[in-house]
Formats: sequence, C-alpha cells, structure tokens
Amino acid sequence: MTASHVTPEQVWTALAAVPDPEIPVVSVTDMGMVRDVTVDGGHVTVTFTPTFSGCPALHVIRDSIGEAVRALGVEDVEVRSTLTPPWTTDWIQEGARERLRQYGIAPPAPAAASPLISLDPDPTRCPRCGSLNVRMTASFGPTLCKRLYVCDSCREPFEGFKSV
Amino acid sequence: MTTLTPIQMEAVIRKLTALADDEIILAHRDGEWTGHAPILEEDIALANIAQDELGHATLYLDLRRSLDNSDADRLAFFRGADEYTNVRLVELPKGDWAFTMLRQFLFDAYEALWLSAAQNSNYVPLAEVAAKAVREEKFHLQHTALWVERLALGTEESRLRTQNALNELWPHVAQLFAPLPGEADLVAVGILPELEKVRASWESFVLPHLTEKCDLLLPMVPAQASEGRDMHTEHLAPLLAEMQSVARQHVNAEVW
Repeated sequence: MTASHVTPEQVWTALAAVPDPEIPVVSVTDMGMVRDVTVDGGHVTVTFTPTFSGCPALHVIRDSIGEAVRALGVEDVEVRSTLTPPWTTDWIQEGARERLRQYGIAPPAPAAASPLISLDPDPTRCPRCGSLNVRMTASFGPTLCKRLYVCDSCREPFEGFKSV
Repeated sequence: MTTLTPIQMEAVIRKLTALADDEIILAHRDGEWTGHAPILEEDIALANIAQDELGHATLYLDLRRSLDNSDADRLAFFRGADEYTNVRLVELPKGDWAFTMLRQFLFDAYEALWLSAAQNSNYVPLAEVAAKAVREEKFHLQHTALWVERLALGTEESRLRTQNALNELWPHVAQLFAPLPGEADLVAVGILPELEKVRASWESFVLPHLTEKCDLLLPMVPAQASEGRDMHTEHLAPLLAEMQSVARQHVNAEVW
C-alpha cells in the first residue's frame, strides 16, 4: 500500500486501536480525543485535543498517534493539537463508557448539565453494583482524570472518572 | 481579533509570563508536600493540583512562544528571582496544612474567576486557553474550599491555625488584583479581563465562605499591594535554587 492510497477511514480505524496510555481499555478515538483527520496526497494531518492540560501522558499519546499512522505506510504525518472546543467527557463514546465501567471505573456524569464553577461534586454510580449510595473518599486519584470512591452498598472501593 | 500591535504584544507577553510564574511557583510549593502530606489521599491530591497548575503554566508559555519564540524550559529553569514575576502570595514557605489549603483556596478562587472572565477575551488564543483551564480549576476549588471549612470548624487547634494562616496570607491577596504595566490598555481593547471586576466576583465568592461558612475573622489590612511583581520576599531565591538545580547542573540535557 502506498501513502496515496490511504483514506481518512483507514486512518480513523488505525487510531481506534491506539490505547489511552493510562486507561488501556479505551482508545484515543473512544475518548473523543481525535477531532479531525485529513489526507492530502501523501500528507496526513491528525488533530487531537488534550484531555487534562497537565496530563503526563500527552506526549505519549501524540507519539502513538504518529506511529499508528506511519504504520499504514504514511511517511508524512503531522499531529496537531487544538484546545478548541475544549475536551469534555461528554465526548467519550457509549461503548467506551461500558468498558470503563467493566474495568471498575465509574464513567463520568454528563458534563454539559453541571455548572463549571460549583462546590458540589457530580452524582456517581458504583460501577460494580450500580448503587448511587457511594462516598467520595478522595477528590483526586492516581491520574488527573479520576477520583476515588467507596460504595456503601457493596462496600467496594472504586475509581470514578471526573466529569469535565 | 488576534493581531497585536508591538506594544500590545509586549504587554501580553508580560502578562502571560506573570500568569505562568504564579502557577510554577505555587506548583513547587504544593510539590513540597509530596511524601509529607497528612494522609496519603492528600499527598496525591496536592500532587494532582501541582500537576494541573504546571499544565496551565505550559499553556501560557506555549502562547508566549507563539509570540516571541521563547523556550518554556529556559524561562522556568534559567531565570533568577529578580526575573520571576510571580505574586508574593505563592512564594511564601509552605507552612502547615492550614496555610497550604487556605493559600490554595484563595488562589484557586482567583484563578477560576480570572479564567472564567478571560474566556471572553477577543484575543482568541487566550480565550481558548482560559476555556480549557477553567474546567480543571473547578476541582481544585471544590477540594480546597472543603478543607478550609473542615479546618476552620474543626478543633480549637485547627481553627487557630486556619485563622493564623488567614492573618498571614491576607496582606498578600491584593497583589493578585494589581494590574501590570500596559495591562489597562489590553483591558480597554478587550484582550484581558478587568482585574477590579474579577476582584469583585472573587470577594463575593470568597468572603462569605471565609466569614459566614467558616466563621473566620477577616484581618484589617491595607487594601492595596504596595510593590510590583519584581519585588520578592527572601523566600523565592532558595525555592528557585532547589527547583532549578538539576536543570542548571545539566544545561545540555534534552529530556527531562
């Protein structure tokens, strides 16, 4: 396959297999991080939006995107980042939410519904038993995108995705 | 509007650098708790907050680079105390837990409200950065507001420590709302938010939390910051010496 035969669909498919380095059960497209793919002759441009601005995995994600496209035989790859519109957890795909839940991470509540500046945490459901009878035990978790909870129904501790 | 005149560009660069400097220095003070916070969860929380603040510094310095091709690592690791332009609030030693949480709360509220206003900047790259960063500040503010409340309404000792922290920090707050040279011109053309308006919204948010909710007493201090961001306390130079030691010992290192 030569570079000129690569279609945007093929690039999207390749990117769908690039895992989030911190949550390997979801891919960068599952997370809604890939915003645009353009193919212009042999030149492929991928535009992605960073999740959290201080996320230490961002350079890994950027490199992985470039490698995945080069693996299609494309030599001329440009990986751009954009801040607009800002990434929101509302862009996480439905299937990926279910995979997060099975992995033990409560998926985020809808972000569009909550005000940006609020002192009240978002409602969260236990990924194991589905109960809303949960307590946040730490508002920051092992990665920037997660918080720690304990379920008072099934007694399991779990991680929850922040809603942004 | 994204085309800046040379004078505007100089003032924007000055502002972006000041914004980044606040974040870098505060992140360093927060990072000093790594391995020392009262409980593991708070160790992790403060490390998260420090990481976010450094992320915001990176956003500001990336914007600056697009204007003057400057290098963020050089700016962070090879400027001395006389060149840093952070507010004195963030460079004060980390103190006890009450001091750390109260300082972070005062700063988080300022940052969240400034960013919220800066989303309306007609300098599009800044509006974009603000829209991104403000979403992260929400989590800091939820966390530190709760800690201030918990400490202020906790034991006699935690209350005393929180009040002492407020007494010590309060005189430094005004500097957050002191405009930089050239800033008024940027406000006039819609590039930057007006600090007096940010201050008003900050007060309407912070004051009820401190006094009504947490039952703390506001210290009586002069309303205005006397000196500019080029004047620092004796605490900044030792902080930078520690923060910059590795970079300065390995000047040609390429990967951090």
